[in-house]
Amino acid sequence: MEQLVQKLKEEIITALNLSEMKPENIDEKAPLFVDGLGLDSIDALELTVLLEKKYGLKIKTSEEGKKVLFSVNSMAEFIRENNRG
Amino acid sequence: MRQTCIITSFCAVRDNKLILDGKLLYESATGDFTDFASRLYKHSGISYPKFHKMDNLCKLGFITSEFLLKDKELSGRYAGVETGIILMNSSSSLDTDRNHQNTISDRNEYFPSPSVFVYTLPNVVIGEICIRHKIYGEGNFFISEKFNSLFVFDYVSQLFNNNLVECCITGWVEINGSNYRSVLYLIEKTGKTESGIANFEPAEIEKIYNRK
Repeated sequence: MEQLVQKLKEEIITALNLSEMKPENIDEKAPLFVDGLGLDSIDALELTVLLEKKYGLKIKTSEEGKKVLFSVNSMAEFIRENNRG
Repeated sequence: MRQTCIITSFCAVRDNKLILDGKLLYESATGDFTDFASRLYKHSGISYPKFHKMDNLCKLGFITSEFLLKDKELSGRYAGVETGIILMNSSSSLDTDRNHQNTISDRNEYFPSPSVFVYTLPNVVIGEICIRHKIYGEGNFFISEKFNSLFVFDYVSQLFNNNLVECCITGWVEINGSNYRSVLYLIEKTGKTESGIANFEPAEIEKIYNRK
């Protein structure tokens, strides 16, 4: 899980062009939107694309999206649960 | 009523150089535009993380406007609705349109990027400058094969003559592959400011545009 969180942080930085940010600056428990990284709606779409492109996972509803994209930890949990096979 | 206006400042970016009011402020010997823009951003000393998310057209317009408007205290002198932005280029957003095309050209790797797609309109550069400087006045982006100083003069003069603006940022913001060039002018009414670079008239606009 720790490795996945680290990898996700790196992928988020690349996907969202957060070039002034380093993985260690991202609190995996903090909200990604408004507070925390201060991401916006376009970033949310970009994270949705990231999950589909890198992990083959689709977010089905906006409610699910809110839960999954809450933090790096919630994204990692979503990946872990859906990759159990 | 016909208003007399002056060019109170201008800023040009081309050939890895930034020139403000005729003075060379920054030069970088090597690098493509993306690299040059990053260096300019660091040189500007501003902290605006959204800059890194912009496409190259927006980066060019944004960074040129940053230097043009630095220390001008525009928001203290004019209400947001009193300031307009009228821009022009020849390639529209083609540079980013191509990037977007690359994300959708392979049916097996079909992942259009929302953050690329949002920049597939040239007038987004006006939006980025307006957000940064809280400008709410007239905004228009025109496409023209070449810079048309007469058109710029006529259009911006109309805005002033009809009292739609008290201040206007206008000029050329063009990027297509490795070719880029921007020239932005700050136009104000005579009497609203103590000094200026030149009268706002087609010959002066053209002269500044062609300065090396």
